[in-house]
Amino acid sequence: MWWRSASFILDKQHQDDAASSSKLETLSLSPPPHSSSMAAEAFQNPNSNPKISAYYQTRAAHHAVVTSDWLAQAQAAVGRYPEDQAPPEADGPTGSEPEKPFSVIDEFNNWRKQPDLAEAVAAIRALAAVIRASEATTMMELEIELKKASDSLKSSDTTSISLTAGCDLFMRYVTRTSALEYEEFNSAKSRLIERAEKFGEISYKARRIIAMLSQDFIFDGCTILVHGFSRVVFEVLKTAAQSKKLFRVFCTEGRPDRTGLRLSNELAKLDVPVKLLIDSAVAYTMDEVDMVFVGADGVVESGGIINMMGTYQIALVAHSMNKPVYVAAESYKFARLYPLDQKDMAPALRPIDFGVPIPSKVEVERSARDYTPPQYLTLLFTDLGVLTPSVVSDELIQLYL
Amino acid sequence: MDSRRSLRTVIDPKVRQVGFFAPPERTNSGQTEPISASSSSSPPVTEISPSGNSLSPVMIPPPRHSSDSRPVPVVPNPHSPLRRESIAAGSSYNPSDFFPPTMSPTAPSSFAGRVGVGYGGEYTDDVVVSSPGRAVRGSSVKASAASSLPSGGFDLRALRASSVPASELTTVSTVVKLPPGIADKAGGASGGVQNDRPANSKPAKERSTKAERRALQEAQRAAKAAAKAEGSKLPASATSAVNVKPAKATRAPSQKNDSISVAASEKKAGDRLPDKDRKKDVPQPRMQYDDKSRVEKAKRRAMVNQTEATNRVELFRHLPQYEHGTQLPDLESKFFQLGPVHPAVYKVGLQYLSGDISGGNARCIAMLQAFQEAIKDYSTPPEKSLSRDLTTKISSYVSFLIECRPLSISMGNAIRFLKSRIAKLPLTLSESEAKALLQSDIDRFISEKIILADKVIVKHAVTKIRDGDFLLTYGSSSAVEMILLHAHELGRQFQVVVVDSRPKLEGQLLLRRLVEKGLKCTYTHINAVSYIMHEVTRVFLGASSVLSNGTVYSRVGTACVAMVAHAFRVPVLVCCEAYKFHERVQLDSICSNELGDPDAISKVPGREETNCLDDCAKSEKSTKGEKLQYLNLIYDATPSDYISMIITDYGMVPPTSVPVIVREYRREHLWI
Repeated sequence: MWWRSASFILDKQHQDDAASSSKLETLSLSPPPHSSSMAAEAFQNPNSNPKISAYYQTRAAHHAVVTSDWLAQAQAAVGRYPEDQAPPEADGPTGSEPEKPFSVIDEFNNWRKQPDLAEAVAAIRALAAVIRASEATTMMELEIELKKASDSLKSSDTTSISLTAGCDLFMRYVTRTSALEYEEFNSAKSRLIERAEKFGEISYKARRIIAMLSQDFIFDGCTILVHGFSRVVFEVLKTAAQSKKLFRVFCTEGRPDRTGLRLSNELAKLDVPVKLLIDSAVAYTMDEVDMVFVGADGVVESGGIINMMGTYQIALVAHSMNKPVYVAAESYKFARLYPLDQKDMAPALRPIDFGVPIPSKVEVERSARDYTPPQYLTLLFTDLGVLTPSVVSDELIQLYL
Repeated sequence: MDSRRSLRTVIDPKVRQVGFFAPPERTNSGQTEPISASSSSSPPVTEISPSGNSLSPVMIPPPRHSSDSRPVPVVPNPHSPLRRESIAAGSSYNPSDFFPPTMSPTAPSSFAGRVGVGYGGEYTDDVVVSSPGRAVRGSSVKASAASSLPSGGFDLRALRASSVPASELTTVSTVVKLPPGIADKAGGASGGVQNDRPANSKPAKERSTKAERRALQEAQRAAKAAAKAEGSKLPASATSAVNVKPAKATRAPSQKNDSISVAASEKKAGDRLPDKDRKKDVPQPRMQYDDKSRVEKAKRRAMVNQTEATNRVELFRHLPQYEHGTQLPDLESKFFQLGPVHPAVYKVGLQYLSGDISGGNARCIAMLQAFQEAIKDYSTPPEKSLSRDLTTKISSYVSFLIECRPLSISMGNAIRFLKSRIAKLPLTLSESEAKALLQSDIDRFISEKIILADKVIVKHAVTKIRDGDFLLTYGSSSAVEMILLHAHELGRQFQVVVVDSRPKLEGQLLLRRLVEKGLKCTYTHINAVSYIMHEVTRVFLGASSVLSNGTVYSRVGTACVAMVAHAFRVPVLVCCEAYKFHERVQLDSICSNELGDPDAISKVPGREETNCLDDCAKSEKSTKGEKLQYLNLIYDATPSDYISMIITDYGMVPPTSVPVIVREYRREHLWI
């Protein structure tokens, strides 16, 4: 907390003392009630360090230009918590593994490794695998089983918003589709599986819709600033390039995983003029920019977005220079979250490579994402249409309530 | 996009499919639609249009008492049955026709008219047209009900006992069982009525404007005065209304067309509904208290003789302001006299007047429980139908309560709920059954919309309190208090700043309760809010109401706190139950507000000698007295820009989503 008045420094010290003494018990209290199964699943999670966000690790692996020193750094970061490093194989036989031959999380991680597959799609495919493997004989049993699976999946990586949103969407389909209740169990089951299979296609279609919608906003001769690598934004730019629009793209570098480099490579292949910026040059170049295009990891109830670190400051700079900020996001990234400020989200950390060793006394801000409040966003391009930020809540209310 | 948007109209909004769902499934869900439609949305619910309600909660309307309303008879008339029916339709259709035209349309009588009997809607027309039949049926049923009264009374008491809100879980489950059957019955009943309608339709009176209504009233009054001329006058008024009709009729289809796209996405409950909603949207003027002649007339009917305060602020002359504390002893002495107002309601009214009950939820619950008592002791007078007579009764109670203190928006919504329930009582119910049903409805409203809603709000809000937080609250809000206490029970480490203001100093009570529970508190007055604000991490505020542009209508001073918090970039969280949402839009706190006791500003409690302003204010007729005016506003309006989040029983939403909730759930509010 940022105490600005002196009197609170004392209070903070008090609190720190109290907190350090009570930390142990709060830690043991914090996990959700089904902690026994959680523990078993945590071991199966390849990314067993809870502090490192699996979601951003996967992103980095998919989109980043990974350098060797980055890997070394990541290794070192993980190495700091050697107690968590127990290999899953070692614990498998002794844990609850034999009774539980099928694991959603393994399934999910398998799907997740595919670079073209969206996170939510991976989640839903994993849930479909649960249905397939299930031995339930009634809809109710199946629902309970699915609920368990989606809960464990969600808790395996709390930092991934689209994973949570994907699970919620699918669960909602299962519980709320009244057609399922009147059907024979087996056909209902196959309907569910079919639906899950289709989801990948839907997600791809959503990207196409967004790309088509956004074409009206890209005019000839414009300069677009993009941040990091986003599949949707890339699709938008690709479609614009294919329809012979003339525009220029500024790519930020996207530290620390340098996803911007990858985007600039891809765009150069399409013969789009690209300029690469370091992240700190955003304000410097904003004069020349006509619009900012960003993707989103999650769109929250307020209409704001959660996205890769640096989006907020780009949006702030763009807002202060009256440049429009457009967000491209599929509707399955809409989440019933409402962060009030930056610290109001579950922390998602990732290792950061500074090139030089950092003294241990120096603290490093390792958060992987930030929250951009809705007032800095101009429009959201989603497969539901082009929305203003305030419509997001409308959609969410209609979807979830 | 286009395809997506148009498709949406087909999909049941409750299982709206965003993104993830494939087109094939849409047809599928379209097939399932009838099921969900028939189960979830029943036509009668949607027919009451809340948007049409322009009851201003902070206005004192000219009172209307049962002493006034009793003489409103179904005009005794020895003509043919047909003639009789038309008269009944004409007169009962609009009870306020029998009141002087000066009566303000915002009065509860008009409220009753809208919800219960209705001014202009086709729905209400249905009801009214069928009412002679209903009255007959009602009376025939009544005879049997009277014979079976003892058992009925017993049931009723048992039901009441079981549904005391204290034990929510069991109550709710038992209570929740009720509605489907009721809904079915009501739907069936009204459906039948609607089918009947074209046959005996009597649409002439339904869509008259205010001026025409007034003309009609005049005509009718004249008719009454010259009782012999009655037969000839009524047709005349009917034809005058008929003249109005064609214009409306031509307009209606176009309304229907353009509203269909909107309405279809909203609910597909019936294609007749949307334009009905619209027709009632015409706002009615509020009682303006600077209009002398109207005030005079209103006063003549008033039962609480309030003396107007002298020195009033020019800008706020349109609001009622009375000398406080003058009429209470008088009213108290009347308590044991047999008046037209039920003793339970009378008691609650006195409690409002003396300020013993304050706070939106407390006032609303007290009022509903008083109504429950009144309904319990109610018996339909001979030759009247329960639904209509009870509605007038309730209206007279409401106008009494308004005289004691202007209604809050939450109470307005609760009354609207109750009246819609009365209006929709199935005709087949016996009196005791109907009464029991209403009582359980009230219980359900209290437990679901207020008590459970508070629990949900607490559950949501606690997730926003972190260790080390420094929370600020203003005044005394019951929801915020529950949130703070619950967070404390969960072991969160946080501090509370209670900001307070004169003259009510409600924060002190809150502070006392919080400190008793062991919370770490700071107490300050609103003057210091800018000083304390930069240490604060969250501001939690209560609200009297949230209007549909996101404006929060709350205790005066809230806007100031919210503005300061906004300037310091501290998130402002408003906790408000969804039943307090209102579809009105208000841009300032001038046009509608409540004035408190002006003297409270100058007086310091416990220190009588520090009334140095007294000689200025009290010296009446002197020039000084006219130059000093006290303004004690009760509420203010906080613009939505200053609000980060509204925590309601539907979750945490941005202020821009208030109209969404009002739109999606207002029917549910009425229906539960």
